[in-house]
Amino acid sequence: MSTIDTLGRGNAFVRGRPLLSVVFLVGFALLVDLVHGMYTGRIPLENVTRLFWNGLLVGLILGLAGIGLSMTYSILNFANFSHGDLITVGAFSGWSVTYLLAGAGATEFGARVLIDANLNVTVLSDPFAVVVGLVLASALTILIALVVDRLVYRPMRDSSGISLLIASIGVALVLRHLVAFVYRAHTRGVTGGERVDILPVFEGAGNVSVNTATLMVVAVTLMIGVHLLVQRTKLGTAMRAMADNQDLALITGIPTERVVTWTWILGAGLTGAAGFLIVLERGTLDFNIGWGLLLLIFAAVILGGIGSIYGAIGGGLIIGLTQSLSTIWIPSDFATPAAFSLMILVLLFRPSGLFGGVSTA
Amino acid sequence: MSEQAAEPATEVGDRTTAGGESNATDSPPPLRVTNLEKHFGGIAAVDGVSFDVHEGTLTGLIGPNGAGKSTAFDCITGVYAPDAGTVEFNGEDITGLEPFEICNRGLVRTFQIARELEKMTVLENLMLAPAGQRGEALWRSVTPIARRGVAAEERDLRERVWETLEFFEIDHLAEEYAGTLSGGQRKLLEMSRALMTDPDVVLLDEPLAGVNPSLEKKLLERIHDLREEGYTFLLVEHDMDVIMNHCERVIVMHQGTNLAAGTPEEITSNERVIDAYLGGEV
Amino acid sequence: MSSPPGTDADSTGDGDGGSRSDSDADAASRSLLPETRWQRDVVLILATLLGIYALFALIGLALDFDTNGILNVLRELTLFAAVYAMLVLALNLHWGYTGLFNIGVAGFMAVGVYTMAILTASPDATAPGFGLPLWVGIVGGMAMAALVGLVAALPALRLRADYLAIVTLGLSEIIRLTFQSMQFSNALEDALGVATNGGSGMNFPGTRNVVQYAFYRGGDRTSEPTVLGDALFGLGESFDVLPLVVLGWGYNVVLAIGVVAFYVLLVRIANSPFGRVLKAIREDELVAASLGKNTDLFKIKVFMLGCALMGLAGILWQGQAGYTSPHEFRPELTFYVFIALIIGGAGSNTGSVLGGLVFGTLLFQGPLYVPRLVAEGLSVAGVELGPPPNTFYDAALALGSLDPLPMLAYATAGTNVSYLRFVLLGVVLILVVQRRPEGLLGHRIETAAAVDLSNRSRTTATDGGSSNSSSGSTATNADPGSMPTNADPGSTPTDDRRDSTATTDERDPGSTDGDPDE
Repeated sequence: MSTIDTLGRGNAFVRGRPLLSVVFLVGFALLVDLVHGMYTGRIPLENVTRLFWNGLLVGLILGLAGIGLSMTYSILNFANFSHGDLITVGAFSGWSVTYLLAGAGATEFGARVLIDANLNVTVLSDPFAVVVGLVLASALTILIALVVDRLVYRPMRDSSGISLLIASIGVALVLRHLVAFVYRAHTRGVTGGERVDILPVFEGAGNVSVNTATLMVVAVTLMIGVHLLVQRTKLGTAMRAMADNQDLALITGIPTERVVTWTWILGAGLTGAAGFLIVLERGTLDFNIGWGLLLLIFAAVILGGIGSIYGAIGGGLIIGLTQSLSTIWIPSDFATPAAFSLMILVLLFRPSGLFGGVSTA
Repeated sequence: MSEQAAEPATEVGDRTTAGGESNATDSPPPLRVTNLEKHFGGIAAVDGVSFDVHEGTLTGLIGPNGAGKSTAFDCITGVYAPDAGTVEFNGEDITGLEPFEICNRGLVRTFQIARELEKMTVLENLMLAPAGQRGEALWRSVTPIARRGVAAEERDLRERVWETLEFFEIDHLAEEYAGTLSGGQRKLLEMSRALMTDPDVVLLDEPLAGVNPSLEKKLLERIHDLREEGYTFLLVEHDMDVIMNHCERVIVMHQGTNLAAGTPEEITSNERVIDAYLGGEV
Repeated sequence: MSSPPGTDADSTGDGDGGSRSDSDADAASRSLLPETRWQRDVVLILATLLGIYALFALIGLALDFDTNGILNVLRELTLFAAVYAMLVLALNLHWGYTGLFNIGVAGFMAVGVYTMAILTASPDATAPGFGLPLWVGIVGGMAMAALVGLVAALPALRLRADYLAIVTLGLSEIIRLTFQSMQFSNALEDALGVATNGGSGMNFPGTRNVVQYAFYRGGDRTSEPTVLGDALFGLGESFDVLPLVVLGWGYNVVLAIGVVAFYVLLVRIANSPFGRVLKAIREDELVAASLGKNTDLFKIKVFMLGCALMGLAGILWQGQAGYTSPHEFRPELTFYVFIALIIGGAGSNTGSVLGGLVFGTLLFQGPLYVPRLVAEGLSVAGVELGPPPNTFYDAALALGSLDPLPMLAYATAGTNVSYLRFVLLGVVLILVVQRRPEGLLGHRIETAAAVDLSNRSRTTATDGGSSNSSSGSTATNADPGSMPTNADPGSTPTDDRRDSTATTDERDPGSTDGDPDE
């Protein structure tokens, strides 16, 4: 990275502050408008709750996957453009396992392993298959990530962040198209079409299916788990130290290679799980699933401040909710551009993230 | 100013006749720093330093590690915007200007850790420096007729570059990538490159650090030669012998402010300086 | 001063054996006059292109293509080769020269193409445009791409490289999603009466019309050919080449002109003080600023110019079909350009062209011929490949029972080969970054100057061109003067060159010409 920006050149541009306040002001105005609109009935309450719920689910996925991206960004010092495709790897490998277990005996093996048997799995119908699938989604994604690290990134440990970034673009191409080669390109329905309602949220606002409720519970549990791991264990301390200052960490005798390995294990594990879980929300799966999410995950991580796991979670929720709720005001085609715009604004005016860039992992 | 710069080949001659050893006492000093402050977080790296650098002198800036010398350099040359205080150059307030604006006024600096442009040859490094090159305009560099003028100017510059390389005795390295040079050679490269900007005042940040003794001698000789040409130097250096034997004036910084200024003799007998160096916390 | 010769810093350099042999090789290439080297580069590029043509012509022959078929294969190759060469050159300006890590290439292309399309499309079309002349569209497209580049550049240029990457990628996706949006198209239609038609894309009179106008009266393929068209069609006919193929090759001429124009422009920039500042910004921006260069201004100019060129490359690319859609401008396109640039060698314009050629043909188009070659090869060997299995699983089962043919059939079937192509591209990218980050030509020294710096021509009667020519400098530079550089001439000379320097004490040859300022 260029040293020029590390030398704060405050004299050059008055940095950001006025514009940042404008951003906050706009956000506040929208909030006021939202409350007003709901109060007057101009914006139907059920729309808001539905959008909020959808945004929350997507936000949790982004946050979960974002933790992994944030960790590799701060500890390995590069923006990993293949991170989205780790989601894809997790989704496909995990659901292959779930389908193998869920449809055992019912349909032929080949169709199940390629997730082509129309089983319409739900958490209620095949709880065991889903749990095992989730665990193995993590495990297989970890395996792939470690193999990739061994083959691609480890020989390049001393290279610049940009070289690693470029290499990760290559990794992204390889992973995604290997998945496409094996599973083909079609979009497949994976989970049950019918919703199993467990708790009505708001009158008329639709219901929460058991699949999405599972998503939520698992995602939050995993997040709490990471929190405990990072705060309570020696490994977590070492990771935080490395994220802060790699050279210093080396001097103080932290075994960096081992920390790197654990970074991949944690990061890829969570990312694989996120890949598995997002299918619960979407119900469908295709090989571009992760690539399509990559930039949104970057947005989440940047918003929260690179290197912070809590930032990634918070950023994920903000991005998910922004993307979802923005459709109250703007055409739905611009929901994703709105999220990207938010990311760009944050990068320009507050590159340390909305929460002040406190590195916690 | 920029008109002159556009005729680089004549600059050195100009300086010799105009600059020289003249001691116009009522004209402002080339460089005057007043109450400069720079804070990083809660730490005051530079805490109200003030000094003048007189024309045609070789002035030493010394102080213990962490005294704020390099930060002061950075504030003077626009790398950092100072939090308070002023920097005047030839009577003009240049506080907070961009580095390029400051350089184009005739105040150039070198870096403590030599920052050569690694994947550029030594020749390119030097060719880069002169100000106001016509070929730096995009349209001139691509339009056929204007390019002739650019080429002509390049030929003139090339002569000056080679002469400067010879002056610093690194001409045999001319076509090497700067990144392949040794530490000492990089220091020479940096200084020669800085001089190619036709400065009035040159700030040298530890030009002798990591330089072997024979090269150090050569560098100092070059500095003396140039000073006699009319260049003004401000030199950060740790080696007391160098400071005492070569500088006319010495400024001592300590804990972000100036402790004393004077001739080497005055400095060596200054109680506060002795305290700071021997008794003080470093 | 009296240090023994050669003990000064010069000889204490870190130059080891390896770098020495490198520099010897460089010295050999430098000893050629720039023109010669320039010509050599052009020869290299043309030879590569001809080699690729020959290879694919052989492939065409192997596949029993007729003349028109082979010419069509080569025409398509030329399109990709030329477009990638132009894109890589433009990106080289950003990244190779200035170090600006712009991965929004596809977005800037889209801006150029869509602006051109909107300006030139007929007002009666499904996606109506303004119906303006072609050249207005081209200029407008480039200008708009430059403008969007400016908007991106102004705040973004102070970002670190990886942040700039994410910002430009985000911007490029915003642009693509905008053009993909039917809601945007409708809004545009309401406001200006023009439309982009969202994801279905839009037709516009592409740059191919230039060729049609040159070949047909009134630019209409149903009308009479022009004199030029008549002659060329006639020539084609005598070799059984269809008029349509001739027309297609006519567009290749447009593309070739484009590549040459890009190349000349970029080489000129590279060999200029402007380009020197760009390189300095890439190496260390603070140094460039400390040497008096307004680096922001340079970066903005370069960003705008590069974006305009990306827009133009896009226009020439999509103008070949006269149709564009947002799907063409996925981020992958940007990555392809990066792969091509890295293969060729970032920082070298000749390398950029070579990278574009090799990528566009061998890596991008080449793999698509593999299935037919495999089938052909097997049938020659008397092996029937058989219908491909439906799934990877079936193919893998067969492979497990030691029958490789079904897997081969699966791998070469339909879109599967293109997935494998992307895997190949990824592997190539990783390997190049790992093993040869300088690319094919990036290792060589391309000096940024408008003249040969090692050649001190003013002081030598003959433009010898070698660095030793500086030995002639002593004679003419005897002006009394400024600074005595070598107080002890005896200390230095170790070779001819040093001999000359020792006596060249004057720093100011300019004063012999008289000082215009006095």
